[in-house]
Amino acid sequence: MSDTVLYALEAALNGLTVGIMYSLVALGFVLIFKASGIFNFAQGVMALFAALTLVGFQTGQVPFSHLINAAFGTSIHDFGWTMPTLLAIPATIAVMVGFAWLVERIVLKHLVNQAPIILFMATIGLAYFLEGLGDIMWGAEVKPLNVGLPQGMSRWVDETTFNLFGYGFFVDVLSLWALAIAAVLVTALVIFSQYTKQGRALRAVADDHQAALSVGISLRFIWVLTWSIAGLVALVAGIMWGSKSGVQFSLSLIALKALPVLILGGFTSIPGAIVGGLMIGVGEKLFDFFMQPIIGGATENWFAYMLALAFLLFRPQGLFGEKIIERV
Amino acid sequence: MLDSTEGYVTADGRQIGGVVMELKNITLRFGGVEAIKNISFDIRKGEIRAIIGPNGAGKSSMLNVISGFYNPQEGDVIYKGYKRPRMRPYQVARMGIARTFQNIALFEGMSVLDNIMTGRMNLMKSGFFSQAMWWGSAAREEAEHREKVEKVIDFLEIQPIRKTPVSRLPYGLKKRVELARALAAEPQILLLDEPMAGMNVEEKEDMSRFVLDVNDEFGTTIVLIEHDMGVVMDLSDRVVVMDYGKKIGDGTPDEVRNNQAVIDAYLGVAHE
Amino acid sequence: MLYREAGDFKTSYASDNQTFPIRFDRYAYWVVLLLAVCVVPFFLNDYWTKSIIVPFLIYVIAALGLNILIGYCGQLSLGTGAFMAVGAYATFKLTVMAPGLNVFVVFILAGLVTAAVGVLFGLPSLKIKGFYLAVATLAAQFFLIWLFTRQGWFFNYSPTGMITMPVRTVLGFAVTGPSASAAAIYMTCLFFVIVMAWLARNLTRGTTGRSWMAIRDMDIAAEIIGVNPLIAKLTAFAVSSFFVGVAGALLFGVQLGAAEAGEAFGINKSFLVLFMVIIGGLGSIMGSFLGAAFLVVLPVILKVLLVDSLGWPSDLARHLEVMIIGALIVLVLILEPHGMAALWRTIKDKLRLWPFPH
Repeated sequence: MSDTVLYALEAALNGLTVGIMYSLVALGFVLIFKASGIFNFAQGVMALFAALTLVGFQTGQVPFSHLINAAFGTSIHDFGWTMPTLLAIPATIAVMVGFAWLVERIVLKHLVNQAPIILFMATIGLAYFLEGLGDIMWGAEVKPLNVGLPQGMSRWVDETTFNLFGYGFFVDVLSLWALAIAAVLVTALVIFSQYTKQGRALRAVADDHQAALSVGISLRFIWVLTWSIAGLVALVAGIMWGSKSGVQFSLSLIALKALPVLILGGFTSIPGAIVGGLMIGVGEKLFDFFMQPIIGGATENWFAYMLALAFLLFRPQGLFGEKIIERV
Repeated sequence: MLDSTEGYVTADGRQIGGVVMELKNITLRFGGVEAIKNISFDIRKGEIRAIIGPNGAGKSSMLNVISGFYNPQEGDVIYKGYKRPRMRPYQVARMGIARTFQNIALFEGMSVLDNIMTGRMNLMKSGFFSQAMWWGSAAREEAEHREKVEKVIDFLEIQPIRKTPVSRLPYGLKKRVELARALAAEPQILLLDEPMAGMNVEEKEDMSRFVLDVNDEFGTTIVLIEHDMGVVMDLSDRVVVMDYGKKIGDGTPDEVRNNQAVIDAYLGVAHE
Repeated sequence: MLYREAGDFKTSYASDNQTFPIRFDRYAYWVVLLLAVCVVPFFLNDYWTKSIIVPFLIYVIAALGLNILIGYCGQLSLGTGAFMAVGAYATFKLTVMAPGLNVFVVFILAGLVTAAVGVLFGLPSLKIKGFYLAVATLAAQFFLIWLFTRQGWFFNYSPTGMITMPVRTVLGFAVTGPSASAAAIYMTCLFFVIVMAWLARNLTRGTTGRSWMAIRDMDIAAEIIGVNPLIAKLTAFAVSSFFVGVAGALLFGVQLGAAEAGEAFGINKSFLVLFMVIIGGLGSIMGSFLGAAFLVVLPVILKVLLVDSLGWPSDLARHLEVMIIGALIVLVLILEPHGMAALWRTIKDKLRLWPFPH
């Protein structure tokens, strides 16, 4: 095999690992969209916030310490203890559930039946709020996150590919873990929505709010539930990305890429979110690989959006969606 | 049988003209479902033509074909003697066809006046730059058309609400504003999709009076869909009856009333 | 007691259609205009001009533009930052290529270039709407910024990647470049604000505006009534982009003097203008003024209050600002979806009856 093909393959493989991140964030979008018809722009910031909270718990940071210090002239930073990861993760989940509950209480309850575009803009506001809150609560500096996932070059991939092609691919072990965890997460979600009572209620709400309400399903409970699950998915995404490149603001920008992913995969399809994420991850790396010499680098910045735009023009319903017949 | 160009005078002395629109062998499908199956009928100038039929018979789809919202897979729409090519709904509107909707489709964020002015969209000619400067034709035209709109407002007796946002109006008034918007376009054919749905007896009487007045005063051809049989039989000159996408009757109210197929469709009949 | 419409009878449809139907408002409008043009320029200092007044005027134009697109025509755009960048870079290229051209003409041409780009990226709106369109405008945002930061032609291959505005004079006064006086840049921006607000008002009250609003409220019905969706949407994109482009041109040419696309016109700029429109009031000219004023003044107030007088670290104040803006957006959408402009109207309605509300 020629070198170019090998390098391209390696780029594609690395794209796959970025793609999983996109998929995970997109998954959170899909869950909330299905259950409440809300296009949750804050999903990416939720991932950032969850990761920040996790690190904060692990290192025993005092929440709002900057604010307290500034207001009262104190200089407190941490409690002086550290929390084991196994305890910090459930604590973070609890925070995310609390957040879901607050969102339902304060925001969703009052915006039912508003136009989708208004709801969308409300979630943009929510994203800003959460971003500011995260920074004030835990500080804005880049923080390392370690939950015990192995990192570094995968020896196994390196050796296998070297034996096969005479060229060892560089793949981070963390990416392989991410792949496995994403698979487990999706399986768990599918089992939950197919085989449990709450899962059935969730699908009923997704299908028709009014009808679900009329058979006695609590819409508000379902919303808290889906936002909690979305919070959990955000935490997973936050852990993955945080372990790889530290917890920082860029995480919420990465999450913006989940939007084109949804256009490719369709807004209501869980497999669509996964496949779309991987496609965009691989696509943008390959595009950059081949186009860099011609038009310059950093095409990852826009490739996903332009691809989505092209899709919108030729197949507006996404890969897995159905064509909609308009009525008056 | 009358010739398609000949007119006649009704019992109450209204002049009905020749055929203004003819629908020929219209078939409309959604995927595998045939909503309209090979239907033909004509509409004469100045008449009130009703389309009736049970729920799901394809009446609204028929109206949507006439107003250009759906393009039928088969069949032709002959308008004023010419075959109408496939066109977008706004182009159909420009040919003098206006309509109201079954589920009110007013512009909720605008005032009553603005809604009705929107109806005159196609009659206003001032250019973009004239509007941007609000000089010359734009300002003059706005005032002229406002005068025409005020006539419609007077006609439908909605003067007190002209500056009210539409979203604050009750259902019955919304229906009336929608009629006003359609009338403001000075249409040659006016399509009314269940103009009296959800109204009480008084409101129905009001609306019936407006429909008759419109027809009488402006000579507007009216095609309407309505469920209230009493209203239909009183108002219309001729009636098309649809069932499961097929035409099962066509004629004067009396002819239709005595048509066996129509009676079966409405009362139900045991299928062998 | 002065605030009455009673006794102010309208005798023609033209006078019934005017912008300020109440006499007091009409007078107030002329007084404000007179003050802004004839009095304010003599009382300007550099700090106020550069940090509050000029940004306010420039963002009014941007907010008017975005409000036409979102508030009047119902088409969501997240690409405002990039369209401002188009205006800025067009200004830069035009001043370099045609040094003799009057700078006002350059700003207007920059707006027209932006309008063309806006129409191009508005084309998808004919097939897609809502969030889908938002993603399409994100494509514009990221692609255009990439062009301006990576393709040397746009910044004349300057090693820093920055574009800088040379000095240009109008009627003998320098209006761009470091030597421009506070009064000169103020008058420049004020001129554009007055003209463009007047254009926006005219366009939104006539046939064009009604066709935009019809598309916004119910696009299918609008088309059946006779609104050509192609024309309506593309004019909205063109006009909106023109406004946004001029705002970008002024931001670069008059206020900043030097800029780099990723820094000055990133996605955060798109959100900032969007928030001005939401907080000020969707579908309201007045709202664009109020929203721009609020979001220009808020950071300054927070800085003065927290950093200057309480001595808080400035990044904390900035984070607090982000949080407050986010919370405000949600609050406005819940309590008063038409923003500050609706509050303003409510106050005026109350005033009309004051002091005898019954």
